[in-house]
Amino acid sequence: MIVDINFVGLIIASIMASAVPLILASCGELITERSGVLNLGVEGMMIIGAISGFALMTVTGSLIIAVFGAMLAGVLISTIFAFLTQTLITNHVATGLALTIFGIGISAMIGKNFVGIPGKEFPVLFESLKDTIPLLSPILFGHSIVFYFAFALPFITSYFLKQTKIGLIVRAVGDSPESASNQGINVRLVRYACILYGGAMCGLAGAYLSMIYTPQWIENMTGGRGWIALALVVFSTWNPIKILIGAMIFGGLTIIQFHMQAIGVRIPVQFLTALPYIVTIIVLVVISRDSRKIRLSTPSSLGKSFHKDN
Amino acid sequence: MIKIVKRDQPSKAIFFFTPVLAIFLTLIAGGIIFYILGFKPFEALKFFFIVPIADKYGFSELLLKATPLCLIAIGLSFCFKSNNWNIGAEGQLTFGAIVSGGVALLFYDQEGFYILPIVILAGAIGGMIYASIPAILKTYFNTNEILVSLMLVYVSKLILDYLVVGPWSNPEGFNFPETRQFSDSARLPLLFEGLRIHAGIFLALAAVIISWFVFYKTYLGFQMKVSGFSLKTAKYAGYKGKKMIILVFLISGGCAGLAGVGEITGPIGQLHREVSPDYGFTAIIVAFLGRLHPVGIIFASLVVAITYLGAETAQIFMQIPKYTGQVFQGMILFFLLASDYLLFFKFKFIGTKK
Repeated sequence: MIVDINFVGLIIASIMASAVPLILASCGELITERSGVLNLGVEGMMIIGAISGFALMTVTGSLIIAVFGAMLAGVLISTIFAFLTQTLITNHVATGLALTIFGIGISAMIGKNFVGIPGKEFPVLFESLKDTIPLLSPILFGHSIVFYFAFALPFITSYFLKQTKIGLIVRAVGDSPESASNQGINVRLVRYACILYGGAMCGLAGAYLSMIYTPQWIENMTGGRGWIALALVVFSTWNPIKILIGAMIFGGLTIIQFHMQAIGVRIPVQFLTALPYIVTIIVLVVISRDSRKIRLSTPSSLGKSFHKDN
Repeated sequence: MIKIVKRDQPSKAIFFFTPVLAIFLTLIAGGIIFYILGFKPFEALKFFFIVPIADKYGFSELLLKATPLCLIAIGLSFCFKSNNWNIGAEGQLTFGAIVSGGVALLFYDQEGFYILPIVILAGAIGGMIYASIPAILKTYFNTNEILVSLMLVYVSKLILDYLVVGPWSNPEGFNFPETRQFSDSARLPLLFEGLRIHAGIFLALAAVIISWFVFYKTYLGFQMKVSGFSLKTAKYAGYKGKKMIILVFLISGGCAGLAGVGEITGPIGQLHREVSPDYGFTAIIVAFLGRLHPVGIIFASLVVAITYLGAETAQIFMQIPKYTGQVFQGMILFFLLASDYLLFFKFKFIGTKK
């Protein structure tokens, strides 16, 4: 019996592990969107993070340099987006798409020399406690530091937005850039910062994929997770805690799909693979149907350019 | 001293000049990237942009690649002009290919003049059906069309994969993931002996002419333009917003579906896993680079088609990774968007006081 309970614990832990990149990217994008900027380049920033992390790990041999390097790469690539949308006042949607196309191309170009190289083992925390409590041990212990950070992030993000002064400024900029500007807030600076932060989180999400989740470089390995992360932000109605729930649902779909294949359920594998995308659509429909609720929770200036005449 | 001043009105001359500027800047940035990668920049650019189209065969390949790009971009321009962000053309292309391929397979052992028109029509309808999903969800359930249309791209590719591996795979095909070859009557005729360019190009040209007519000569085109500028104004004028959204998605899906037909009944002649090298995504860039103008889109599709060919040639002759093509495509869009700044602002030179 104990064995069974631990098996359940392992499944839950694997669902959580597959939710990590979604949580990281969504929480990053949520801050960006809360400041009124719609960055559709999540997929591109994640894939850049994935290759940068993996490449730095292989070249330098240092995991710390690799993880922070991936975040820095996310920041650098999102700087392009920030400069275009904030300084040159370009359209957010088109710029984000360009970022994704560019990111996928650049990552494949850099990654050409890293295909087939095995990854390194990433250290896990609390491994000695792994067999102490049935069911809970595999869930709580023996994961990478990024894993714990990801599950703390929604709470930190929520606290930041609701309880801190800077969080209030971010929300003010997103809901009414004009009045924020009149209050003496530098709207452009705040938005720059939020975009770069989003880039760092997406970079980290990508590094988690290529260094911890499946420690190797595979071309296009983000496989649409960036887009699902974007959908999760809508799903959460811009509330970080709900991102946690959404990410667990999608993590669950990914894991259940593996297990159903393993048990030999006679459903075509392509259908199971398509499930997360189909569920995303269904969930979006259910959430968005109530247009009043969406309108109330969406940052009012989302996706609209702001330019202060001087 | 240089001062940045806002223009009273967006400059029309600059509107059509910036795409050229963007291409020029992309070439410079591309040269720098080649240099960083350790290639001779000028030689690399020559292999990328000149060698591929230097002969008759290359030119035919250029038109072959430009055809789907142009067709899809024309369709997308209807969506983008009216502020509808359909970014799932790749999925609509794939689904169009699936439906038309399915119909073509029904006639695999038959010949007849009637087969090709039915196959083409099936592809257009397939694309339309697939595009109607994000359109209906947007209009009646307020769902974000960007995410829905994008998710459907992944779904369509998995459906295609399922079909060519499973029920539609060629019974005499030794389990290769591909269907039977279509009968000759289901193939778009080749235009020249020995070249791959096929009659699909006429579909693209027809789309260009029809869209020009609709944009500039009909009430519908005017309505789309107004909705693109301001949804509020459109509502105030009493335009049927929902109908328009569905209509532009259907047009755009139909065009993408036709591009799918062109791919499978032209060069390929059967269904297999990869019917399109991301034409649906690249066409978004083509639409912007062409300024959503039918004639502009023709030129833009030719320019962007070179990046496909150039990537192949540069890989063969200089071992430059083929993804460089995608990098160039992303850069073109970056530079285009950036140079749009010149549309609304101008630099004023003010003499410094001594």
